[in-house]
Amino acid sequence: MQEIKVDQLQDLLNSFAHKDVYIHVETTNGSYASHYDEKFFNAGAFIRNVRLKYELGKVVGDAPHRVGLKLEHGWVYVQGLTHFLLDDQNRLLMAGLDYTGKLAVALEISETPFTY
Amino acid sequence: MQLEKERHALLVFPHPDDEAFTCGGTVRLLANHGVPVTYACLTLGEMGRNLGNPPFATRESLPEIRRIELQAASKAMGISDLRMLGFRDKTIEFEDDEKMVQLVLDLIAELNPSLIFTFLPGFSVHPDHEATARAVVEAVRRLPKEKRPKVWACGFANDTVERNGEPHIELDVSSVKLDKVAALRAHLSQTAWMMSDSAKRVEDGQPMSDSWLNVERFYVIEFPDDNDHSLDSATI
Repeated sequence: MQEIKVDQLQDLLNSFAHKDVYIHVETTNGSYASHYDEKFFNAGAFIRNVRLKYELGKVVGDAPHRVGLKLEHGWVYVQGLTHFLLDDQNRLLMAGLDYTGKLAVALEISETPFTY
Repeated sequence: MQLEKERHALLVFPHPDDEAFTCGGTVRLLANHGVPVTYACLTLGEMGRNLGNPPFATRESLPEIRRIELQAASKAMGISDLRMLGFRDKTIEFEDDEKMVQLVLDLIAELNPSLIFTFLPGFSVHPDHEATARAVVEAVRRLPKEKRPKVWACGFANDTVERNGEPHIELDVSSVKLDKVAALRAHLSQTAWMMSDSAKRVEDGQPMSDSWLNVERFYVIEFPDDNDHSLDSATI
């Protein structure tokens, strides 16, 4: 993965528009956050291999970036993205890596299902 | 305390590296005594957060990295039979509970272990740890008393000692510390920060004498003698 280049990422988001795609969305503080700091309110969400179709995908903002997907009946958006990669299976992987190299958020788009 | 000669040791943990942190030295000692060791590792730690910045992996490539690390770590600990069971990280507690109990019962039926290592229910912090430990304890509880393997459990929640007292078993694993370090080092994607910190300590003239590297501690899970299926029948 490399740091997000808005023009390149926008082209990639455009290339998946109007297609049936599978998405992975994840946001996390890690399972140990409340162990190290008992006052920490630990929350997160995980979605994998939900199929959808978006009519408009857009990356905006200075780094860390935000990406929004406009669907026929709704939205997907993720904030805090820093890195992206079109991998060898033609999957668009986007991640938000914090200053220590830990993943904080992810958005991934693929025309084929992700593994389990 | 000295280890007894065990028939077969079974490890049941959800994530690659759980075994090295909790019982890596003990397992190496058992293996050195000729005890066959099976490790049932439920997931490949697919949801590990440490991908680096700049990143060395993606969410999708991490599992294969951790699979290779797990194989190398298992070799360092003398684990003869490594089984990667294909569950997804952070989903164990959402699986069917009875399915997880049956999975452990099937392993016990096949391997006839005399000793099982897992986490301490209620005191193992991560939801996967808790779900794994619950399945192991429930599976063993269902066995007739004379067939039950010992269950040695590791707890590390902040209130573990306060609520349970000191662990029942304390083993000196300093003689195999280097093997334990090798296993931890093999899990590089998870332990690089810690190993580099330890290396720095050695360079600074401080010995790697951290007590957790030299000593491993376990709670022995106790079961009722009557096996009467009462609700609160498995306690520590």
